[in-house]
Amino acid sequence: MFSLLINSASAAKWLPAPATKLAEEVDQLIYFLVEISVLSSLLVIGGFVYFSIRFRRKSEKDKPPAITHNYLLEFLWSFIPFLIFMFVFGWGWLLYDKMRDHPKEALEIHVYGQMWNWDFVYKNGKKSSGILTVPVNKPVKLIMSSRDVIHSFFIPSFRIKQDVLPGSYTALSFTASKKGKFPVFCTELCGAGHSSMLATVHVMELEEWEKWLAKNPYKGMSLAQIGGSVFQKSCTACHTVTTEKRIGPGLAGLFGTKREFEKGEAKVADENYIRESILNPSTRIVKGYGNLMTPFAGLLTEEEMTGLVEYIKSLNSSP
Amino acid sequence: MSEGKNYLNEKKGLSSWLFTLDHKRIGILYMITVFTFFLLGGVFALLMRLELFKPGENLISAALYNQFMTFHGAIMVFMVIIPGIPAFLGNFFLPLQIGAKDVAFPRINLLSWYCLIVGAAVALCSLFFNGVDTGWTFYTPYSIRTDNGTLWVVLGAFIMGFSSILTGLNFIVTVHKLRAKGMGFFQMPLFVWSLYSTAIIQVLATPVLAITLLLLSAERLMGIGIFDPKLGGDPVLFQHFFWFYSHPAVYIMILPAMGIISELITTFSRKTIFGYKAIAFSSVGIAAVSFFVWGHHMFVSGQSEWVGILFSFITMLVGVPTAIKVFNWVATMYKGSIKFDAPMLYANGFLFLFVIGGVTGIMLATLAFDVHVHDTYFVVAHFHYVMVGGTLMAITGGLYYWLPKMFGRMYNEFWARISFAFIFIGFNVTFFPQFILGFMGMPRRYHDYTPVYEPLNQLSTAGSWMIGVGFVIVFFVVLQALLKGEKANSNPWGAVTLEWQTDSPPPHENFHEAPMITKGPYDYN
Repeated sequence: MFSLLINSASAAKWLPAPATKLAEEVDQLIYFLVEISVLSSLLVIGGFVYFSIRFRRKSEKDKPPAITHNYLLEFLWSFIPFLIFMFVFGWGWLLYDKMRDHPKEALEIHVYGQMWNWDFVYKNGKKSSGILTVPVNKPVKLIMSSRDVIHSFFIPSFRIKQDVLPGSYTALSFTASKKGKFPVFCTELCGAGHSSMLATVHVMELEEWEKWLAKNPYKGMSLAQIGGSVFQKSCTACHTVTTEKRIGPGLAGLFGTKREFEKGEAKVADENYIRESILNPSTRIVKGYGNLMTPFAGLLTEEEMTGLVEYIKSLNSSP
Repeated sequence: MSEGKNYLNEKKGLSSWLFTLDHKRIGILYMITVFTFFLLGGVFALLMRLELFKPGENLISAALYNQFMTFHGAIMVFMVIIPGIPAFLGNFFLPLQIGAKDVAFPRINLLSWYCLIVGAAVALCSLFFNGVDTGWTFYTPYSIRTDNGTLWVVLGAFIMGFSSILTGLNFIVTVHKLRAKGMGFFQMPLFVWSLYSTAIIQVLATPVLAITLLLLSAERLMGIGIFDPKLGGDPVLFQHFFWFYSHPAVYIMILPAMGIISELITTFSRKTIFGYKAIAFSSVGIAAVSFFVWGHHMFVSGQSEWVGILFSFITMLVGVPTAIKVFNWVATMYKGSIKFDAPMLYANGFLFLFVIGGVTGIMLATLAFDVHVHDTYFVVAHFHYVMVGGTLMAITGGLYYWLPKMFGRMYNEFWARISFAFIFIGFNVTFFPQFILGFMGMPRRYHDYTPVYEPLNQLSTAGSWMIGVGFVIVFFVVLQALLKGEKANSNPWGAVTLEWQTDSPPPHENFHEAPMITKGPYDYN
């Protein structure tokens, strides 16, 4: 049953479908490791289960032989595992080296991690949050850094992962071979919103991607709609658009109410208060909440900032 | 038979326990302490699994979940598994197995227990300061920013470290100086060898943890700028310091367990150990190499590619002595006279689970494989197979094995076997699905997950209840044995190591006459 549970066929079934050529190569290594592990486990477990049955105590007078050693056997069961270990070490190294190979012609995209969302900045200055858009069959290099604590950028379908550090850059390269949307997880504990720090890699045709890159995302939108789209990308890990409290307060009906702060003062939530709470949230902390929010100063355009204020205001009128 | 005076009835009253210098009584103090913390850490684990039964927030918030996870890890590592075997079973049986009256420094031995108690109390103070949510690894810079509770746990771990150092120091001197007449190093039981190797790690590695935790405290309190990138520090440096201790610490947790398994397998096979020297030297070998593998926790941390390759290579080397031990245990059973009392069931459970823990360890040491499953449930499954499937199985097996010696009473064999069935099956139901979750890419330390991971998480949660039931049965089996157990004779298993040649329970200074050694430790002929 054990072997049925985890033979290579089921490993293939459980792994997310590989979406790069390198991921397919990594899968070959994974299958091999699973197969050889199952085989050697069965050998050892089968061995002692067999001995347990075959050599059960028959009477209290049993006199087992004193077998103290056997040099040939001991050499073999040290040397054969050693050879296997060296083989998988070499194979792992080879593929690790390929993962760390950053092609010169790669398309570079900057990635910023912060509690608790991912921002992407493209060479032409275009920004996106939560969705990384890349062309298919073209090498891409992500140049990554963190705005606060350590995060880690993990794309299961590509079989790659890299920690994202504050204060220095790390890089991750891939060439997507399939179009579609692939999940991204943060895999370094970064606080209460860690498990909601998700993103998506959207792989599309080159022409489609170029069109997307050139497009002003806010064209033809009202201010509140612009704010809504910023909110969906950057704020939902901690805030709701209802009155439900999450890590931060729910925003429905918040505008115009009196806010009481940890330091004892109180203030009515007007446009300036909303602006301050987004750009420099630690200035005033509302009672019952922690000082957890990342400051958005410098991360939003004036249009986006005003959009957010208008969006929060609009939440008061909707039911 | 245990007539007359023994270490249990020799003196009475609470103060005769709290100020005792008898290594056996100190061992019992550790036993009570470790069991209490195990219960606490276990409750946190069950609550976490309950929260993970369904996606979304069900029982506790994400912030609270992170605290539960941190407490589960910190309690189980610092207060259960590290002191579990050396300070509890080791304290009790190391002097007995080498024919000594006590450890070399009885007062330091008692001091080490107080270090653990004070450290644990300080760590638990964090509960009054918004708790701690960094995970037991305290990675910077998150641990610099988060709530004040962190400081208390870090300080507590610092103090508990001294408990570990003092126990290790005591064991090294005891092994060198207090062996019975005629006992050379190669006449020592293998449990003693494993404790000796462990003690070397405890003495050499724990101070590095102490320094690291002090630096972290200084960073939080004074902003000295070693780890905080805002002040020009390097957050990854913390990981190097931390794992320089914490990887050897993994062997503090598993080596003594391996020692117990050597004892159990020889006793219940009535046969001398196969490859005594190979097992003894592989313990020392593992201890030595364990200092040079810490970087395998950091393959995706941003350390240089060459460093990663070097650490992968050295980690593969640890696999060799580990494999040697497993093969030797299996070979010892060949042509033995095997009896499946509960301790032997646990020893076989250990072998089964440790083999899986071991091969998945080699998989993780393989660079390109690790990149995919690093910080996913695959890693969680792997280290639970080693720490729980390995160490806890060995502690429980060792507890049943030595219970007659410690308290002069037999446990109920039927219920002891039932406890094994629950723990062994429950363990596999809990943790095997987590290997698959890791392949699927589910990250560890997640309070919430996407619905594709739901069925396997539910299986895992159901398994955790079985483990819980199993340990409750263990608790009652021990309780029943203490209160109403049949009287045990001095050697109920027909074992040959020295502790079985004195009364059950042993008298105050262990042996009525100083033992003389003329045979090897496992000579059944």
